[in-house]
Amino acid sequence: MTDLVFENVRLIDPEAGTEAPGRLLVRDGHIAGRDKAGAEGKPENAEIIDGAGAVLSPGLIDMRVAIGEPGFEYRETIASCARAAVSGGVTTIAALPNSKPAIDEPALVRLLRSRGEEMGLVTILPYGALTKGCNGEEMAELGMLREAGAVAFTDGIRAIADTKRMRQLLAYAKGIDALVVQHPEDPSLAKGGAATAGALATRMGLPQIPAAAEAILIARDLRLAEMTGARLHFGHVSTGEGLALIRQAKAKGQAITCDTAPPYFALNEEAIGAFRTYAKLSPPLRCEEDRLAVCAALADGTIDAIASDHAPWDADDKRLPFAQASAGGTGLTTLLGVGLSLVHDRHLTLPQLIALMTSRPASLLGSDAGTLNDGASADLCLFDPDAEWVVEAGSQPGRAQNTPFDGRRLKGRVRGTWKAGRQVYDGSPA
Amino acid sequence: MAETLTRRHHLLGLEGMSAAEITPFLDLAANYALLSRSRTGPRDALRGRTVINMFFEDSTRTRTSFELAGKRLGADVINMTVATSSVNKGETLLDTAATLNAMRCDLLVVRHGQSGAPALLAQKVEASVVNAGDGMHEHPTQALLDALTIKRHLGTLSGLTVAICGDVGHSRVARSNIHLLTAMGSKVRLVGPPTLVPAAMASLGDVSIHHDMESGLRDADVVMTLRLQRERMGAGLVPSAREFFRFYGVDSRRLALAKPGALVMHPGPMNRGVEIASDVADSAQSVIQEQVEMGVAVRMAVLDRLSRMRTAS
Repeated sequence: MTDLVFENVRLIDPEAGTEAPGRLLVRDGHIAGRDKAGAEGKPENAEIIDGAGAVLSPGLIDMRVAIGEPGFEYRETIASCARAAVSGGVTTIAALPNSKPAIDEPALVRLLRSRGEEMGLVTILPYGALTKGCNGEEMAELGMLREAGAVAFTDGIRAIADTKRMRQLLAYAKGIDALVVQHPEDPSLAKGGAATAGALATRMGLPQIPAAAEAILIARDLRLAEMTGARLHFGHVSTGEGLALIRQAKAKGQAITCDTAPPYFALNEEAIGAFRTYAKLSPPLRCEEDRLAVCAALADGTIDAIASDHAPWDADDKRLPFAQASAGGTGLTTLLGVGLSLVHDRHLTLPQLIALMTSRPASLLGSDAGTLNDGASADLCLFDPDAEWVVEAGSQPGRAQNTPFDGRRLKGRVRGTWKAGRQVYDGSPA
Repeated sequence: MAETLTRRHHLLGLEGMSAAEITPFLDLAANYALLSRSRTGPRDALRGRTVINMFFEDSTRTRTSFELAGKRLGADVINMTVATSSVNKGETLLDTAATLNAMRCDLLVVRHGQSGAPALLAQKVEASVVNAGDGMHEHPTQALLDALTIKRHLGTLSGLTVAICGDVGHSRVARSNIHLLTAMGSKVRLVGPPTLVPAAMASLGDVSIHHDMESGLRDADVVMTLRLQRERMGAGLVPSAREFFRFYGVDSRRLALAKPGALVMHPGPMNRGVEIASDVADSAQSVIQEQVEMGVAVRMAVLDRLSRMRTAS
């Protein structure tokens, strides 16, 4: 493999929280050194990539991605998901277990891992099902799933409803030091709902889910985590009240973490106006006050990671009356572009944002990706933080097109993505 | 309780008993073990006494062991198996006590699914009550027979490290063993997943809790495994038998972490390939069959001593 030298780039070191102009050398698929701008000399026969002042960061780690394969290939396959990922600078994805069959057998964990390796576009880190079939009842074989390569355990899009079962799951997970990821929404309050309770949903005549459904479940689970000492992570947290509880638990020293997704800091419930089903998400989009609370929690460190919450659906799943349409939106391609709005709006510095999408989720999932340190796999994302583009459903890379950001102008565009030193995306539209 | 034992002549549990109170049972049992082997019975220590085995839960092995113990001492032994489906168990139990008093029974051996049931009976019957296992509370004769087996092999009950593995939280065997072994000056480790070995178990005395077998078994003198009931899987405490065996089963690789020649024990009946590997259960280190033999000797000693205390008072 020819050596690669990235020149004229701004290097982001997410762990150190720094950003500096410089060069990066890649040898045999691994990062082999960095130096500051103006340094001379380079290896013979090296391929030079001129970044033209763009930013070079570790490839992004997206810790919440639903794929569709196995079982729902009409929505998205592993291959189409990988294409969407690299177009967004994402080189590692953590895959939710809500496939068909659910990822509740060690062989299925190995299948996902090896399909990722075969394609060579993204590393797939599978979540293991927390309960068999992700049905919230019988405990899955957490120990054996972990031995097969499951990075954490969750029922994905479903919360564990039963309090006693959740307690037992956390206790068992604690025994094998595994991370449990919970969808923070009280299932009985959420059942049948399509939009956050409030004036808008009332006016639209939609079945409602109170925003407190999130805080109610988080409060219960924080208490259970305290009883059991387990490591607990809440996915796609979206309300100020839920975040306040997590902030409090962290202050007490509990091993609690959480992530949020771009829709929850970049959109509010107004996006569902005119019954736009692409903006029907789970949890539902919240009021403006909650959106601002998510921005504040990102800024103060309460939120540990930003994940796309990529949820592919076919057009037919969305071309339905709002309450009947499937909930969820794609997010891999737009993750970085929407994320950068936090930097442009000065909620975060650029290295802070990149850390939330690289080193922070890497440490939660026990992955060694997400760094520019020597010896790391050369998973890289080259992007121009100021280049503007318009998101268009229908012309997105990958099979699923149900983006809640359809029509939005984003500032920040991926110019190229490298996986283990090999270019897997060249910045061109799909 | 020690008080209960000495003043009221019952053996309801080992909690609170001192080494000085436990040792005479073990010494007498050791004698009976020798006598049983030399087949020099039946003796007549309990001649004219009536022992009633009252089992509210099925248990062939414990009931048979008590029955044999009573018969070897010359007692009249009656087995009563009581249906547990009665509507109001509390009332039934006390009615039963009245019946027993009328029959002038001397020693009453009780197995019951509810913790504290033998203690309730003991308040009402005139007989001496021996707890043959109550709910998740105590199983004192099992711990005594375990102790006798250990002492025969290792020569002592103090300064040992005993690992009790598996479904500790639901186990009356584990609780009685914890009380006895710590009273005798040994260290107890409780080993298993947090769903089966809750943190609160640490409050039972000089015990440590281990959620991985490797640290739990390392350098142990005795490895005691407990039966994993099938219903623990349905209740969501353990995902499957195969995962339990994979992470918490006693196999030869894990046993190798214990001291060379460490004793392997199991109160029975065993689930081979769930909590214990077949080759370990059948290995030279296994004293599981001897536990059964010591069971009869220990129960002879318990019946004999309680009977003598009655006579003395």
